Amino acid sequence: MKKAKHRFDYVSLFLKILVNISVLITVLILSFIIIYIFVKGIPYIKPSLFALEYNTDNVSLFPAMVNTFTITIMSLLIAAPLGIASAIYLVEYANKNSKIVDVIRITTETLAGIPSIVYGLFGYLFFLVYIGWEFSIIAGALTLSIMILPLLIRTTEEALLSVPDEYRQGSYGLGAGKLRTVFKIVLPSAISGILAGIILSIGRIVGETAALIFTAGTVAQIPDSIFSSGRTLAVHMYALNNEGLYINESYATAVVLLIVVILINALSTLIAKKLKKG
Amino acid sequence: MKNSNKTKTKIKLFNKEKVMQWVFLLAACTSILAVLLICYFLFSNGYQAFKEIGLWNFLTGTVWRPNNDIYGIFPMIIGSLYVTAGAILFGVPLGIFTAVYMAKFCPKKLYKIIKPAIDLLAGIPSIVYGFFGLVIIVPFIRNTLGGNGNSILAASILLGIMILPTIIGISESAIRAVDQSYYDGALALGASHERSVFFSVLPAAKSGILASVILGIGRAVGETMAVVMVAGNQTVIPNSVLDGVRTLTANIVMEMGYAADLHRLALIATAVVLFVFILIINLSFSILKRRIKT
Repeated sequence: MKKAKHRFDYVSLFLKILVNISVLITVLILSFIIIYIFVKGIPYIKPSLFALEYNTDNVSLFPAMVNTFTITIMSLLIAAPLGIASAIYLVEYANKNSKIVDVIRITTETLAGIPSIVYGLFGYLFFLVYIGWEFSIIAGALTLSIMILPLLIRTTEEALLSVPDEYRQGSYGLGAGKLRTVFKIVLPSAISGILAGIILSIGRIVGETAALIFTAGTVAQIPDSIFSSGRTLAVHMYALNNEGLYINESYATAVVLLIVVILINALSTLIAKKLKKG
Repeated sequence: MKNSNKTKTKIKLFNKEKVMQWVFLLAACTSILAVLLICYFLFSNGYQAFKEIGLWNFLTGTVWRPNNDIYGIFPMIIGSLYVTAGAILFGVPLGIFTAVYMAKFCPKKLYKIIKPAIDLLAGIPSIVYGFFGLVIIVPFIRNTLGGNGNSILAASILLGIMILPTIIGISESAIRAVDQSYYDGALALGASHERSVFFSVLPAAKSGILASVILGIGRAVGETMAVVMVAGNQTVIPNSVLDGVRTLTANIVMEMGYAADLHRLALIATAVVLFVFILIINLSFSILKRRIKT
């Protein structure tokens, strides 16, 4: 017994080193990407980049920012109610063994796995070729709302499932109906998880390129209406890269994209914390 | 009077409950509708391409020359497979070990820093990853290993990084979901902390970890923008990891902008093949998940 205790455990040491090195590499990769792009890009963030109109001299990304904002809001307005309602049905109402739940689950999983380029192609075939719209903000937003739907459903489902059953039973016990229980007890308890899902979706929308190129198009201006083309920041960056003339502006756009993503993430953490406290 | 009022409100309430239940059900059916629409539009267009080109010629043809109406996507299928395999090679071990650290080794204070960092890794847009690969990984490979840098290797490394957060996130929650008694039991039998985690907790979390890997595969197969920027995109079957490849996704995004007629149909058919791959991945995943459960 004593002997065993004193024998040095190399396996444990090896495993410990292994996990420590792994996490170190992961963090280093992230830091390197962020720092490198910031260092290269910040010098090129000039006021002219934020001019109201894009032209080949200023390579302004302001219109792209506005378009990103518009598409994000529109996609969320369409997808968030649908996604949250779906999750409510799946968690609170559905009979877990019913056929329809199986089908919904399988299709949701399928949607989650579909690559964004396939969404883009579908959006092109459906909204542009079949319905007959032009490249437009609305086509892009609708395509993206299908794309983020499974993410919203899954995160909301998880959030709802994490609400203890005692809450529901307590609510029923006090005489509340199912609907009231869902809206007054379950949803408020799950709000931070739902919000996290919404914020994740925002991140996906902001970062999306492939699904937008063939739906929202690549026009670098703020469109007059949602039925006209406009490119988001990520598409803007793709276009700059494609033209190959604006490497510095690409860096600058990457910085702006990263800042947006960092802000989104920080916001989600903050909201989650606040909601937990309050 | 009072009584009738009471029944009225009761009936109203009952209706509201029922109506809302139907609303929720209807919302939940959006996914079904979306999948049906996507399938219909992809497959009906893809079918025409298969009919004109021939399914077998399309899948096994090694020449892709739209100008001569020759459409073979075998090199792209190979490209997608290679690049995905490479991503798994780089991303999975790193991701799983990081997940183990996060779940079982990380001090609470440090966790508060690393966790947001990994979330951030998930939030970085693929176009930014691609750009990073273009300015860092590609030149690095060109300078150290030769070739022109745009290669399977570059795409594999980049995709390996990109699937990290998927693998870490899901594996971590799988490890956390393992009952504490697994760990306590191993510890009580005299195993060290590390051994308890790796030989008792980790095997119990294998279904969740597998799920993370499969999701990672799905993400790698479907990634487009980042791959297009670093993979070289030649429509030739590669001989080494330093050769360029074109993936199925890259094929679509590169040519869809100007394709017409049969060429366009062939690109949609490429998406169909990609879609079928994803369906197979999903299916094998659900089958495995069910088998583990029972």
